[in-house]
Amino acid sequence: MSGENGSGAGVVASPPIEARDPAPTFTGSIRIRLRAPARRRNLELGLLVVAIGVGISALVLAELGALGRIDPGVLGLVIGLAVLTLVLHVVMRVVAAEADPFILPIATALNLVGIAEITRLDIAEGYLGWDAYGVRQVVWSAIAIVAAGAVLLGIRNHRVLQRYRYVAGFTAIALLILPFLPVIGRNVNGAQAWIGIGIASFQPGEIAKIALAVFFAGYLVTARDSLSIVGRRVLGITFPRLRDLGPIVVIWLLSMAVIVFQRDLGSGLLYFGLFLVMIYVATGRTGWIVLGLGLIGGGAFVAARALDYVGNRFHAWLNTFDPALYDQGGGSYQLAQGLFGLADGGLAGTGLGRGNPDITPLAESDFIIAALGEELGLIGLFAILVLYLVFVSRGFHIGFAGQDDFGRLLGVGLSFVVALQVFIVVGGVTRVIPLTGLTTPFLAAGGSSLVANWVIVALLARLSDAVRAQPRLVVE
Amino acid sequence: MNRELRRVSLLVVLMFVALFASSSVIQVFQQADLKADGRNARVLYASFDTQRGPILVDGEAVAYSQPVDSRYNYQRVYPYGELYSAVTGFFTVLPSTGGLEHELNSYLSGDSDAQFLSRLNAILTGQDPQGSAVELTIDPVVQQAAWDALGDERGAVVALDPKTGAILALVSKPTYDPNALAVLDPNAVESTYEELDASPDDVLVDRAIAGDLNPPGSVFKLVVTATALESGQYTPESEFPNPPRLDLPGTTTPISNSADGTCGGGETASIATALRLSCNVTFAQLAGALGQKAIREQAQEFGFGQQLGIPMRVEPSVYPEIPGNDEAQVWLTGFGQANVRTSPLQMAMVSAAIANGGVLMQPTVVESIVAPDLSVLQEFEPQVFSTPIKPETASTMTQMMVQGVANGVANNARIDGVEVAGKTGTAENGPGEPYTLWFTGFAPANDPRVAVAVVIEDRATGFGNLIAAPIAKKVMEAVVNR
Repeated sequence: MSGENGSGAGVVASPPIEARDPAPTFTGSIRIRLRAPARRRNLELGLLVVAIGVGISALVLAELGALGRIDPGVLGLVIGLAVLTLVLHVVMRVVAAEADPFILPIATALNLVGIAEITRLDIAEGYLGWDAYGVRQVVWSAIAIVAAGAVLLGIRNHRVLQRYRYVAGFTAIALLILPFLPVIGRNVNGAQAWIGIGIASFQPGEIAKIALAVFFAGYLVTARDSLSIVGRRVLGITFPRLRDLGPIVVIWLLSMAVIVFQRDLGSGLLYFGLFLVMIYVATGRTGWIVLGLGLIGGGAFVAARALDYVGNRFHAWLNTFDPALYDQGGGSYQLAQGLFGLADGGLAGTGLGRGNPDITPLAESDFIIAALGEELGLIGLFAILVLYLVFVSRGFHIGFAGQDDFGRLLGVGLSFVVALQVFIVVGGVTRVIPLTGLTTPFLAAGGSSLVANWVIVALLARLSDAVRAQPRLVVE
Repeated sequence: MNRELRRVSLLVVLMFVALFASSSVIQVFQQADLKADGRNARVLYASFDTQRGPILVDGEAVAYSQPVDSRYNYQRVYPYGELYSAVTGFFTVLPSTGGLEHELNSYLSGDSDAQFLSRLNAILTGQDPQGSAVELTIDPVVQQAAWDALGDERGAVVALDPKTGAILALVSKPTYDPNALAVLDPNAVESTYEELDASPDDVLVDRAIAGDLNPPGSVFKLVVTATALESGQYTPESEFPNPPRLDLPGTTTPISNSADGTCGGGETASIATALRLSCNVTFAQLAGALGQKAIREQAQEFGFGQQLGIPMRVEPSVYPEIPGNDEAQVWLTGFGQANVRTSPLQMAMVSAAIANGGVLMQPTVVESIVAPDLSVLQEFEPQVFSTPIKPETASTMTQMMVQGVANGVANNARIDGVEVAGKTGTAENGPGEPYTLWFTGFAPANDPRVAVAVVIEDRATGFGNLIAAPIAKKVMEAVVNR
């Protein structure tokens, strides 16, 4: 997209006589550079107000539907959160004036709709106060938005991150090891992927995905020549040299370790998929994809046979309605209930607060998309998926339009990780692929996931700001 | 890099297309199948959104839904507990219901096509939709009399109006309290249900219309008599050899009359005498002479082997196909043994057809179905089920059955001042097995107002006349004294 050209033409076109005169072109482009940021931020403000309106309406409807009245406590908290997103908008006006105007409103809309549905599930379960997932979600959202603001304020130039690529890599590994440490390590629903301090628990793997994206981007930008130029051609596909296989094998082992030791299939697939796409974009070599798919296919085959929990996921996926699997603990009950809920929603949904999404286990986290599909229907589900698609496309736009390869690669990596996570979760719930436990970005209950995804918002904002803030000569 | 980016973009688009497609398939194309799955509790919860219509007996609710503060919104209440369980069945928070609650669910829940407009109206005006009320043909006095008369016996009673087919009483014992299954806790319902289902008394079986059918024994002689008279080859005075015992053809197995003597004395016995005194030897010979085909056809006209809903499904009674036309087996069917199996409702229908001049009316428990706006969705209209016998046969058989009560082995069904027609039965279930005791009949014989059938299962001792006839008498009295 070339917004400056477009808007420039528009501005110049309004006084037609001047347009033919070469002299005003320069002043014209100056005017655009002064105006464009304000226009982008104003668009963002408008969209943000719409997003907040949608989110608060959703909350009100959900409470009216499920409770019959409005709970002023939760509503007050959410209004406070909405104010905080407006503060983040103001921060962006100051430090990322040319950032993409769609990212913040989309994240806000998804986050608030998620809180509405989670609050609705709390009402059904009778959770109150700090026991309510919705209340905790509001608090975590606030923390996440503050974190996003801190990232925007702290990282004024994204190239700084390239310098810390190895730090990021080691941070990622350290984060993945944390859940195995005594005292703080926690096992939740069979996955050793959590740490807990006091009442707060945290899934470090969510933060690790950002650290990994930074590491991959930094590493691949420097190493891509050796990874892409040299190699051997087999059947028209250039395969990397054996000595260049190091990184992919390391990441593969890391992913398999997550699957085997943390028993977290979704995260393992997420990290490996992220790496595969980034190395492909960096090197342009199909050989990496073939190699990667072979490794993950082999790994999945072995894992499905050797690890009960992976095998069960496959069985539950293929024979969801088998009575034996349905009744078996850890079988297909949850998946089937999610599908029943989606079917009950149909095209238009039962209406917020008027369905029975609480029947499905973990409806507030892993199955939030089934809960929303039940109450908002296929129409609502499509709207949510389209929001994700636009969000991801804004990230890819950085990849297409960016000037530095590190920034482009990071932008693509961060947005692809969101896309892949949505695909793994929603695909798992709707039986496209076997179900794996991952959170739906911005929607699902979970503090670490919120913080990670809001940091991604901040990083994408920073990267998109850099794309447009570049002094670019407009030749007309 | 841009070429790779375009490809990855395409991959992302394809991933999302897959999600759009999968959610469309589930929410639109598979929706009906998923909703039909018995494990889908959401469909059931939805049924608790509407106030389910009541089931009424003589204007009084025997099942109604009471608003409660729960996710289910309404609790089903059966104020009479066990008394009407054989008719109403039960309505639970699990996807399993029984009885009328099941058969008329679409009316009671307000989902029937007939209620489409009122449902639409309720949505448009923002009211909660309501189900229709079902008024029963059951007479509360007769039902209570049947319930009390059956006492602690294991069995069933059916009483119906022979002129209309309206069922006046339907009792099965031992039974269950539907309130126990109406609690709003799925786990409690499940454990209660499993407990009831596993009970040795088979409390969930509605013995009046379903479950394991019983051998009819001598009450089946009515069907054999009807076959004989309808054939035109026999009259009540037709005579048969009268030995006290007789070997079944082709065997050395003897059959005997229940009193181990001859049938009223004499060299021969008439069909009329044999029916009055319930002689097995005579009816065995008669069945052999008529043949299984004729008896089966006559039985079918009375309803044997036919699908019937009242509207609850009635287990079809059986007159067996006897392989190789085994003469001994055909003889045994003459007094309701071999593999003849029947339900109390079926036997009441036989009596009702005889009582109603040979015209059998379609039995039903539903008087009317009334929508919440008081429009009548369904009104009971008497319908002819079949015409199994000619009017002359009917009046002849009535006289024969009156003799059975007045001067025969069914004398315990006598009512002072009322002419009662009846037939008893004492069926064997096999050597060493307990007996099944029967009575079927109607009253008053000259202007029948009630046809009744009583079955008592698993009695170690006793005869139909001693146990079943007095129960039937009380039920008939309840009707004729009204």
